[in-house]
Amino acid sequence: MVKPIATLRSASGVPTGRLALWWVIASEIVIFGGLLGSYLLHRLGHPEWSTYASHTNTWAGAFNTLVLLTSSLSAVLGHKAAEAGDGKKAAKMLMFTCLGGLTFLVVKGFEWTYEIQHGYTITANGFWSFYYTAAGLHGLHVIAGCIIMLFVAADARKNKELQRVELIGIYWHFVDLVWIFLFPLLYIAK
Amino acid sequence: MSSAAEPHGHETEAAHGGHHTNYVKIWGILVVLLVVSVTGPMLEIRIVTLLTAFGIAIVKAYLVAKYFMHLDIEKPFVVKLLVVCLGLMMLFFAATAPDIMKHWGANWRNESAKNANIPEAHHEAAPAHGEAAPAAAAPAPGAAPAR
Repeated sequence: MVKPIATLRSASGVPTGRLALWWVIASEIVIFGGLLGSYLLHRLGHPEWSTYASHTNTWAGAFNTLVLLTSSLSAVLGHKAAEAGDGKKAAKMLMFTCLGGLTFLVVKGFEWTYEIQHGYTITANGFWSFYYTAAGLHGLHVIAGCIIMLFVAADARKNKELQRVELIGIYWHFVDLVWIFLFPLLYIAK
Repeated sequence: MSSAAEPHGHETEAAHGGHHTNYVKIWGILVVLLVVSVTGPMLEIRIVTLLTAFGIAIVKAYLVAKYFMHLDIEKPFVVKLLVVCLGLMMLFFAATAPDIMKHWGANWRNESAKNANIPEAHHEAAPAHGEAAPAAAAPAPGAAPAR
């Protein structure tokens, strides 16, 4: 059986596929870090932003945090199943993770609709600009993760390319990590 | 194509007990921490809010990185790579913080930023920040009450 190149080349001691993913995550840290760092600076410099933040829905944010934490659990259980060679179970877990991502996006959709209808648009002020930019960029990562996960799950179901289950899982945990910090910054600090 | 039983994960996982981790238990701890981070700020005590919201976020991130991303059993240089990126982020913060957070120095004054922090001056300061005036001190017209 021919092994995938992503698991064979490992001059650094880390299989190529996983090494590439860590580089992606390293660059994402700088992207989200710069954005959240800028937000934090402005937030500390503008105490009045807490008034705007009081209009975000803490319960919707908390529910979405629970959804992402649960989807992270299913992602890591999928990885565990892939390690054991159980492609079908791994695919099932990835589909469950994907469902979590979809739930997250639906809740976000309702939340944004409510806020936009009440005049809290991206151009209302600096706080809402950061709110939509940060949550929107994160949402794009959720969408990308879900799409990739569907492809990985389709292969995993046939017991193919099981190493990718771990890779998409690590990416998903990172998306979860970003939300762990977005939640207190945008929803709790009021 | 890889075979079903082909090893493709962390080579040292077994040695570190990686897959003996009770992931459901870790998830349970994360959910409890989430509840604390939501209920803590309800006390409306600043230090409690900071600790429960941001302190717990760091603990949650640590748990996810260690147990779900398996960073504890990853090659050390990967951890160093991520730490360097976090360091760059902090450098960016430290380098720009004085300019944004301080409103005057030895030879400069940032009047618009200073005015933005004075409630009465919001309407004057808002355009200077490129912000629409509406929700400066009060919600926008027709806005819903705070949720």
